[in-house]
Amino acid sequence: MEVLYFAWVRERIGLPRERVETQAATVAELVEELRAREDRYAAAFADLTALRVALDQELANFDAPLAGVREVAFFPPMTGG
Amino acid sequence: MRIAVQSEAFDLGAEVSAFAAEVRGAGAVVSFTGLVRDEGGRLSAMEIEHYPGMTEKAIAGIVEKAARRWSLADALVIHRHGRLEPGEAIMMVATAAPHRADAFAAAEFLMDYLKSRAPFWKKEIGADGAEWVAAKDADEDALNRW
Repeated sequence: MEVLYFAWVRERIGLPRERVETQAATVAELVEELRAREDRYAAAFADLTALRVALDQELANFDAPLAGVREVAFFPPMTGG
Repeated sequence: MRIAVQSEAFDLGAEVSAFAAEVRGAGAVVSFTGLVRDEGGRLSAMEIEHYPGMTEKAIAGIVEKAARRWSLADALVIHRHGRLEPGEAIMMVATAAPHRADAFAAAEFLMDYLKSRAPFWKKEIGADGAEWVAAKDADEDALNRW
């Protein structure tokens, strides 16, 4: 699946997007896999209350299933307007 | 309904005039425009990042929510991204309704939702460096009143 990062999540990880091969069943499991990769991922995902997630461009929860999902995006709370 | 997510500046007067001229069945048009504050001279620019694709969908969903709730004849949302200078217009909404109460309420609703449910992120660029703008609890609380 494609994993996208925005704002300071993108800056901490150092990538705007990447392709991730995963068997993770939920967003939370995917986060655990990413955290275990490298310090920069652990830093970006240190506090999940500071993060939001979208699955195929719809806001979702961290316990949401990933079955059939093509695009996961992680970002801080939005500041539009 | 028109939604535009763009880096280019927009002409506020022309947009509101065209919106009011084209709408049918309305007796009231309300518009709101958000500008980049200079924060007492501290801010030299604002950079706005967004999530292409999701942004347009999220805004369309917010406008549809408003249209279910109020009697809206039309709505317009323009939101910019990229680098903006203090004083520049970041975004605007315009709503048209048979009566002003619906037009005002829908415009406020759109603004509250655009602030925390449309995927934009603001970064303030100042003399001392750059900092991401943090979402405020008040922004989230503002949604509860609807």
